[in-house]
Amino acid sequence: MGRSQRADPAGLAGSARALTQQRPLGDRIFQALALAAGLLVLAILVLIAVATTSQSTSWFSHEGITGIFTTTWDPAHNKFGVLTFLYGTVVTAVIAVILSVPVSVAIALLLTEVLSYRWARPIVYVIDLLAVVPSVVWGLWGLIVFAPWAQRTIYAPVAGAVKGVPILGNLFGPGTGGVVSGPSFFTAGVILAFMITPIVTSLSREVIATVPVIDREGAYALGATRWEMIRGVVFPHSQGGIVGAVLLGLGRAMGETIAAALVIGSIPAITSHLFSTGYNMPAVIVNQFGESSGVFRSALLGIGVLLFVLTIIVNLIARGIVARSMARQRGA
Amino acid sequence: MQPRGRKQVTIVGGIAALAVAVSLSACSSSPSHPSGASSPSAAALSGTLNGSGSTFQTTFQQAAISQFKTVQPGMTVNYGGGGSGKGRSDLASGVVNFAGSDSPIPSTDASLFAGKTILYFPVVIGPITMSYNLQGVSNLKLDPTVIANIFQGNITSWNNPAITALNPGVSLPSTPITLAVRSDSSGTTANFSLFLQTAEPSAWKLGSSSTISWPHSARAAQGNSGVAQVIKSTPGAIGYVDYADAKASGLTYASVKNSSGNFIAPSTAGASASAAGVTVNPDLTFHAVWGSGAQAYPITYQSWVLVNATQPSANDAKMLQAYIGYLLGDGQKLLPSLNYAALPASIDQMAKAQLSKIKG
Repeated sequence: MGRSQRADPAGLAGSARALTQQRPLGDRIFQALALAAGLLVLAILVLIAVATTSQSTSWFSHEGITGIFTTTWDPAHNKFGVLTFLYGTVVTAVIAVILSVPVSVAIALLLTEVLSYRWARPIVYVIDLLAVVPSVVWGLWGLIVFAPWAQRTIYAPVAGAVKGVPILGNLFGPGTGGVVSGPSFFTAGVILAFMITPIVTSLSREVIATVPVIDREGAYALGATRWEMIRGVVFPHSQGGIVGAVLLGLGRAMGETIAAALVIGSIPAITSHLFSTGYNMPAVIVNQFGESSGVFRSALLGIGVLLFVLTIIVNLIARGIVARSMARQRGA
Repeated sequence: MQPRGRKQVTIVGGIAALAVAVSLSACSSSPSHPSGASSPSAAALSGTLNGSGSTFQTTFQQAAISQFKTVQPGMTVNYGGGGSGKGRSDLASGVVNFAGSDSPIPSTDASLFAGKTILYFPVVIGPITMSYNLQGVSNLKLDPTVIANIFQGNITSWNNPAITALNPGVSLPSTPITLAVRSDSSGTTANFSLFLQTAEPSAWKLGSSSTISWPHSARAAQGNSGVAQVIKSTPGAIGYVDYADAKASGLTYASVKNSSGNFIAPSTAGASASAAGVTVNPDLTFHAVWGSGAQAYPITYQSWVLVNATQPSANDAKMLQAYIGYLLGDGQKLLPSLNYAALPASIDQMAKAQLSKIKG
């Protein structure tokens, strides 16, 4: 969004003014409308931020900054610490990115480097189709089909095998009370990985497609194999763009709500065991808002504000990296 | 969609409303005639009423709304769930004409209703079952102390001496206990925890709220039906499930020791008996848990319809009187078939007497 705003209204207006001093009425109306549309988006964003922040002030004053960053979330005793949810958000998003990125980049390379356009096109359609599956459908599929299956055929055997092994046992061993749960951090991460794969794939594909043909041909001319060409030309050229795509996927994974709420297990806990139940920020908001009141409600809105800030930061970093790598490519 | 309904309300003319006023005042002055009191007879009202809130009430509201069509064909009533908290804040902001709520307005929300008089109309009560999944055990008995210790994670296996002591002659397995709880905030959770806090104030440490900080080993699921699903699929599981959903899912549920010392299985009659044995405040708020009475089922839960005493127009007031009057009158007859419990006659009459306080 930041990039497009910088690009259109000011630039167009400036160039138009240089050509004719007094532009026709229709042109000026169009300019005003376009500017209003652009500003509207900004205004809505600011209003949302202001409204939710003002609604969450009683949480901030009730808990104080030290109270907010504690692990106790206990509405019955008016304790609203956010750390367990923050932890869950980060863990599930990181799992999603780790699972999704290799697959996404591999698909992007398949589409740009391996297949001809004729065969790549239907695959692109299918992947874009993945992006339009509603998140509640992902969540229900995860809850009803994937979680019980994964618990039986993957989690339980893996947990049994790595039990007691130093690091692996801490990550994939059975959690508190020997429990290996279907709905868990890991299940949420897997579902989120499915959901962010289309966006990471299509952005990576676009970045990879910008690699100049002359560079590729040069690499081939020097006798490089296809893999050597990808490693020597495509990756260095599109590194920044792919990192940006990954961060955009990360932002999406952190904010995804319904699917996560259905499959994360909804028991707040900070644990290294990925096969045990957890909670994340969007899930707690959607689960608990309906029956909340007073400081409880304010705390949920406050979590929304924190999530908003977190995703904005991740998105800004991602945009920055993408923009910089694009500029470098244009320069190259 | 909801704001449009409110516009229609204000447009509607007043002749019909006047006629209903006469018939309704006649009704509320004769509380000795409970079932007929609600039919607002010939006078037809028209307009739309919107409500939101308690999901516990949803099934009842939907059944009542479709039956109410035959009483007042000109009126449209809509009820959206969303939870009691949503209902109350919708009512406070004027988005809806009435709210469904499973608890009285909490003190933290009192500021939302500053300067307004809110009337409480209890409309439905129901038992919360202690549903469990134990092969071959069909008549488990539990008391509040054991339930509190199970749900705090102090009792972790089914053959714990505290459980076997209550169930002489029943062979209980050593299966570990899996707690099934709600992942969403819920009036069921609020009233279940209120029961433990009321019946077992010294042993119960987790407090009472729509969200409880359960032991980490608990399995959380969405809605009563979600908890029922977890219980059904997990041997050794126990959870609190609304009676209607427990029956619909074919779960087995325990008998719970009441304040008179009897073990009572959940039933609609047991719930009504518990509500009949509690103290009702002048504003008609009360807690139906842990009621006195030999046949009272102690984990009983109530839900209210909340309205503003002062309505923006006479027609709004008439429509609310007609609809709530129906819920308290003929609507109560729908409850047993939906596996909810009817209000005890004493509370029902107090609620009907309050209808005339809704003023346009």
